[in-house]
Amino acid sequence: MNLEAFHFIGPAIVLLAGAVLVLLADLATGRRACVRPLAMLTLAAAALYAATQAAADTGGQAFGGAIGVDRFTIYVALLLIVITAAVVVAGEPGLTRVAQRGEFYALLLASTASMMLLAQARDLVAIFVALETTSAVQYILVGLGRDARASEAGLKYLLTGAIAAAVLLYGFVLLFGIAGSTSLADISRAVAETGDETRLAVVVAFVLIAAGVGFKMAIVPFHAWVPDVYQGAATPVTVFLSAASKAAGFAIALRLFYTGLGGGDTPVSADWAKLFGVLAAVSMTLGNLAAIQQTDVKRLLGYSSIAQAGNIAVGLAAVATGSTLGPAAVLFFLGTYAATNLGAFIAVIAVGARVGSDELRDYAGLLRRSPGLAIVLVLCLLSLTGLPPTAGFLAKLYVFNSAVQGGEQWLVWLVVVAVFNTALSAYYYLRWARTILLDEPLDPAPFQPPAATNAVLTAAALGVLFFGIVPTPLIDAARSAAAALA
Amino acid sequence: MSLSVTLAHYLAVSGVVFGIGIAVALGKRNAIAVLMGVELMLNAANLALLAFSRFGAAFEAGDAPLAGHAFVVFVLTVAAAEAAVALAMAVLVYRHRETIELDRINLMRW
Repeated sequence: MNLEAFHFIGPAIVLLAGAVLVLLADLATGRRACVRPLAMLTLAAAALYAATQAAADTGGQAFGGAIGVDRFTIYVALLLIVITAAVVVAGEPGLTRVAQRGEFYALLLASTASMMLLAQARDLVAIFVALETTSAVQYILVGLGRDARASEAGLKYLLTGAIAAAVLLYGFVLLFGIAGSTSLADISRAVAETGDETRLAVVVAFVLIAAGVGFKMAIVPFHAWVPDVYQGAATPVTVFLSAASKAAGFAIALRLFYTGLGGGDTPVSADWAKLFGVLAAVSMTLGNLAAIQQTDVKRLLGYSSIAQAGNIAVGLAAVATGSTLGPAAVLFFLGTYAATNLGAFIAVIAVGARVGSDELRDYAGLLRRSPGLAIVLVLCLLSLTGLPPTAGFLAKLYVFNSAVQGGEQWLVWLVVVAVFNTALSAYYYLRWARTILLDEPLDPAPFQPPAATNAVLTAAALGVLFFGIVPTPLIDAARSAAAALA
Repeated sequence: MSLSVTLAHYLAVSGVVFGIGIAVALGKRNAIAVLMGVELMLNAANLALLAFSRFGAAFEAGDAPLAGHAFVVFVLTVAAAEAAVALAMAVLVYRHRETIELDRINLMRW
């Protein structure tokens, strides 16, 4: 083993070292003030490292092919770092019930590091270990704080997560049995050569694996934890789960299915494409129908994230072309969805810190109380709905286009369902927007969010608008990332 | 007639254990019992991994690459870490609610 190999996991090592430093600093000084800057510094260093890798066009494999670096892993790594940085910068007002600041920031960094490793893993063992590390850290994050709801949410997340992981592992075991190897490259070769006698085993394996990663992506029917966890966890943790964890879930799904299970060219991929098509249609429909009935905005955003996961999964189903249109659309969607969701949730943190509740009716007349906050939130809601000129519109357009280009009848029907669902989702997103813009405020006192919150909100709003009008940089990055998958 | 144990036997046992595990994990209403079910599922996977590894073509040929055996060690480690977090979380919930029956942990709707 040479030291060169460690260069490939450099950003993750930086984050883990930072996590340890944060814990030590918290222990040594006992002062809360120093941990947050330290976490920010760590993230900046990791981002710099990943950017250097991107600039040098680093590529290749290490650790016996278990870990790789390519444009896909760098895209995911940078996305994860940006999301975590936004949570660190603007999350503070939402942490009133979490006394353990050192633990919070250390776990956040450790979780980001393991998700980056997850995107880099090309071997079933590495994937399983990275996925479980990510999950275990997130269970603790959800349960942090002196709040009965948080610990309840943590336990629910943990129990469903543990079951999902065991199911996923059994799928991995079957793949190992079929291929005789844990490397995705070998599995891909073995799956391409499967005859009729092992076809059933392959199908069972990918159904089990889809269940396992479906839990991370939060698609129906593996979504039961989402509303409770989103509501119960401290809001910064919810932001992190909804943006980062979902991105990591889709990243590993792309890696497993496109690299490991035959890309667009085998009969197997036609099978799992249909599976994801069904899951996508069910997710968006049930997610939207449930979201309409919610009065707690965190639960509403929870169901909305299930519906959005359905939209993203349309891109996973659009494999049939054998092109990388689908994965590119998925990666683009994840980028824009992160900006949109960060904006919406950080606005929710700001309002929650001021009002002390997450009820929909407390958003009445927000425009008159805090105009900047209200405008950003409405913009994000428009983007979630998928209306131009926001990034959400283009993201949906790309995903649906990739499905239509797939050229199969059922994909066109899937898009019809998705468009119908967009209309359905407009009902509750725009109802929320109307409450903000038009209703009489219950408490007319104006308020101003903290400067750090304003900075992140501005950045999110600019991102939503910029990628809605000039999508080229992001879509190009997503395309080259998707090309690295095959 | 030989009575040797073949791959199919191991896989059958593994499948049955996995089935019992998932039935326990989804059926029991006590958090600890659910974890026991998960533990069964993981061990069923381990058993199948070892069997696939031992009866694999490479092992039979005498090359003996032990990828499956190595995988099992990782699974055991991860399962131990997960169990630690799970029990800590169960204690935390018990402090708040004095129960770990899932039916009664219902501050929020499931």
